[in-house]
Amino acid sequence: MTPQAGFMVVAPLTRGRESAVRELLAGMNFEPGRCNPLNSLVPFGRLERLHFARIVVLDDQTLDDISAYGRPREDYPLSVAFLGDFDGDYDSFLKELVAMAGSGLRQIFANCSGFSPGCDLLDWLKSHEQRPATYYANWRGRTVRQCREEAALRRALVDHLQQNPEVASLAAPELRVRLREFVRAEQAADRLTLTPEAPTPFGWRLRNTLHAIFAVPVLAVELLAWGVAALFLLRAREKSDPVIAPRPDPELAARLFALEDHEIKNQFSAIGSLKPGIFRRWTLTVLLAAIDYTARHVYVRGRLARVHTIHFARWVFLDGKKRLFFASNYDGSLESYMDDFINKVAFGLNVVFTNGIGYPRTRWLFLDGAKDEQTFKYYIRRHELATEVWYDGHAGLTALDMQRNTVVRKGMETGPMTNQEADEWAALL
Amino acid sequence: MKEVDFSDVQGMARFGFSHLAECHYLLLRVRNPDAAREWLAAAPVTTAAARKPPPANALQVAFTCAGLRALGVGEEVMAGFSAEFLAGMAGDASRSRRLGDLGENAPENWYWGAPGYRLDALVILMTSHEELAAWKRTVCSGRWEDGFEVLETLTTSDLDGREPFGFIDGISQPVIDWDRRRNVAKDQLDYSNVVSLGELLLGYPNEYGKYTDRPLIDPPAGGASVLHAAEEVPGKRDLGKNGTYLVFRTLEQDVTGFWSFLRHATGSPEAAIRLAEKMVGRTYDKGAPLAPESANAIEGVEAKAGGPENQFTYDADPRGTGCPIAAHIRRANPRNADLAGRPEGLLARVWNLLGGGPKGFQVDVIASTRFHRILRRGREYGQTVAPALAMTGQGVPEPRGLHFICLNANISRQFEFVQNAWIMSGKFSGLPDESDPLLGPVGNQFSMPRQSQCPVRITGLPRFVTVRGGAYLFLPGLRALRYIARAASTVSSQS
Ligand code: HEM
Repeated sequence: MTPQAGFMVVAPLTRGRESAVRELLAGMNFEPGRCNPLNSLVPFGRLERLHFARIVVLDDQTLDDISAYGRPREDYPLSVAFLGDFDGDYDSFLKELVAMAGSGLRQIFANCSGFSPGCDLLDWLKSHEQRPATYYANWRGRTVRQCREEAALRRALVDHLQQNPEVASLAAPELRVRLREFVRAEQAADRLTLTPEAPTPFGWRLRNTLHAIFAVPVLAVELLAWGVAALFLLRAREKSDPVIAPRPDPELAARLFALEDHEIKNQFSAIGSLKPGIFRRWTLTVLLAAIDYTARHVYVRGRLARVHTIHFARWVFLDGKKRLFFASNYDGSLESYMDDFINKVAFGLNVVFTNGIGYPRTRWLFLDGAKDEQTFKYYIRRHELATEVWYDGHAGLTALDMQRNTVVRKGMETGPMTNQEADEWAALL
Repeated sequence: MKEVDFSDVQGMARFGFSHLAECHYLLLRVRNPDAAREWLAAAPVTTAAARKPPPANALQVAFTCAGLRALGVGEEVMAGFSAEFLAGMAGDASRSRRLGDLGENAPENWYWGAPGYRLDALVILMTSHEELAAWKRTVCSGRWEDGFEVLETLTTSDLDGREPFGFIDGISQPVIDWDRRRNVAKDQLDYSNVVSLGELLLGYPNEYGKYTDRPLIDPPAGGASVLHAAEEVPGKRDLGKNGTYLVFRTLEQDVTGFWSFLRHATGSPEAAIRLAEKMVGRTYDKGAPLAPESANAIEGVEAKAGGPENQFTYDADPRGTGCPIAAHIRRANPRNADLAGRPEGLLARVWNLLGGGPKGFQVDVIASTRFHRILRRGREYGQTVAPALAMTGQGVPEPRGLHFICLNANISRQFEFVQNAWIMSGKFSGLPDESDPLLGPVGNQFSMPRQSQCPVRITGLPRFVTVRGGAYLFLPGLRALRYIARAASTVSSQS
């Protein structure tokens, strides 16, 4: 099994270089929202381990919100973030990235303060890495190659059935046998490839197991201590924290709209400031660690709680935990994504985002919040960032497509099945 | 909780007026705002107050945002309407992508409502048989001629409760909680056909127990005192109260193309009908659901003598071997409760929320349905062609189809969601690249799950329905109409 991981390079722009960078980034797209996978700067499409990537200017429109707490606006330098999700280990991926797109990346980062043309790009990227506080991948071990091969397999099977009605009319168990023969023949003729799963890297497995075990007592103690404090500190704050969620500015909304729904998947990037004070920072640190634990050890098979539409997502602290960045890749439109969230996992959003300034009022962290549907949607749009460049390594495939294709493939590689299993399998064709 | 003032609601929000078989839709542009307002002030708009006998004719009036502006509604008031209404149905490319208005369906090809086509208002006239001309003369009098230019008169036909493909339409509608008894505080474990009043009318709590945003006005400002007070914001007057958004789309149906394709794809007229039934999700003859009848009572569904018209959910047909997952009515209303598997008790619920509920591919994919209901009020146009005739490729080639109309309080969460995430999505409920077979077709295919076999897949599915026009309108309450009729004086008194 090849595990997935992310990278995220964040670097402040040199003053006055913003429009130059935006122009450069716009050149990577066919049109806003549609990236050219073989663009000359970062030809994402050549990186065969890359699931998703994006480049986004962290242009936070909500920095004034902190004045609701009587504090002055903090003028963080405007930064650019380059992030992505890939198969395998970080070091080798970054090497590949630099080899493939070194000069393009240099052109982009030349607009950042502290970047000198003579520097070692790999070192520079690594030194600007921002690790996520929570990282989620839809299906641990599912590689880009696997997604593509299994999609091709299913297509081949469906075409074969279309052309051979006598096969399509077989009962499920015989059907499976016949299709297996077909697949073997296609493989032998090199028209289909189904690469076997790679062994799980030993170091990764060790680290993962140790984390699964030893993070528990640490988290338990932290959660307990925090829980006791929260009992006294939480409600008063929840009752008085201001909600800041005016209707989003129509122009910003239109700019965001233009980037969306070019294919079945979409990206979402957002930023915001934490509510001031140590309690909120502590709350968020503990909770994001707890969620990260579940994402790492529990929700590794297609679903984050009840939500099955998220491919990759992450929460990242910025600026000494004063700000939080969120990024996700999901199926469907933003409207349906938000609805899924509100109706299926409002509690999960609430516990995190309620620590951000302006979030709709929650009760005991879990309750209400996102259930104030319209206010929540305004809040989300208002914090959203216009993602200049977004690459999808398996455009057109939803998380459920991938899941289905994997099951279809299993049926072609595993041994005997009961009749009922065969029925269920055949239904997926 | 205050009772609904039906005399302040336009009638179509409560009644389908199916006894008024004749209906014209007049698409209007404001010529002279003063004259238009004067006409409006005197217009005999039909209300939702119950009348015995029911009215012999009806008039309904709705406006686009261009129309409200043309009549002098101020920008600060306009800003209170929803973003979708302000942008319009054809207002931006991204909305067209989401609605599936691409290619032949793209707004540029519409007969009416394309960008640049300034539609201001819609007037709906309904009467019983042969009365329409007289009613039109009565309504379109006074300052009408000076006030409006009629851009288009969309006629309709009474096809006896069937849409042009021949299926009975209008069987399933949400039941509106007019008495305001509904409690939405808790997760709903069972599918209910009753929805909160605020899902239909502005100014009342919706399924989230919240008031949908709409223009609220400070009372002295320009004639706002004619408006009802806003229920939840003290001191404000509510322009949205008792009003709703009206979504209008002219959907042309290629009836000959439909039946001859099905005939060709299946090999026999009987099989063609069966395939069409699978595409719709109901039988041709009686409109009976293909999904098995549900044993439990469903709130808001009356037991009907003729058969289980709406006494069903899809719980007993998870794989779609009865009613295909891709079928029109299954997409348009998946009849889901809030949580999969009816977890009872706090612990079971929490476990369910955390992902411990029923497992399996395509299980718990679609979330709660109750936030995505629409009230359909459309009418057909053109004449039907009997399927047997249509299958032979004959039938008078005239435009026919559905003037689709639906009412909802939140266009993006209701109509747009249903159209985008359910009807036009090739990935609805985990399907691989197939949209609604009637309205798509994204992916050009339609698959029908079978027991113990792979699904039957119809490929090469052409487009049977083409969008010919569309707009988002606001169907105001009666007081709001009066406010709009006086809007100009308010603007001048403010400036
Ligand atoms: C020309 C286009 C269309 C045709 C021919 C058509 C036809 C039908 C038919 C025959 C039914 C079954 C009768 C019933 O259950 O009431 C139905 C139901 C329905 N349709 Fe359509 N329809 C069309 C367009 C649309 C559109 C565009 C939408 C929404 C965006 C829509 C939403 C619905 C809904 C919500 C139901 C009721 C489903 C239920 O509650 O079970 N239809 N339609």
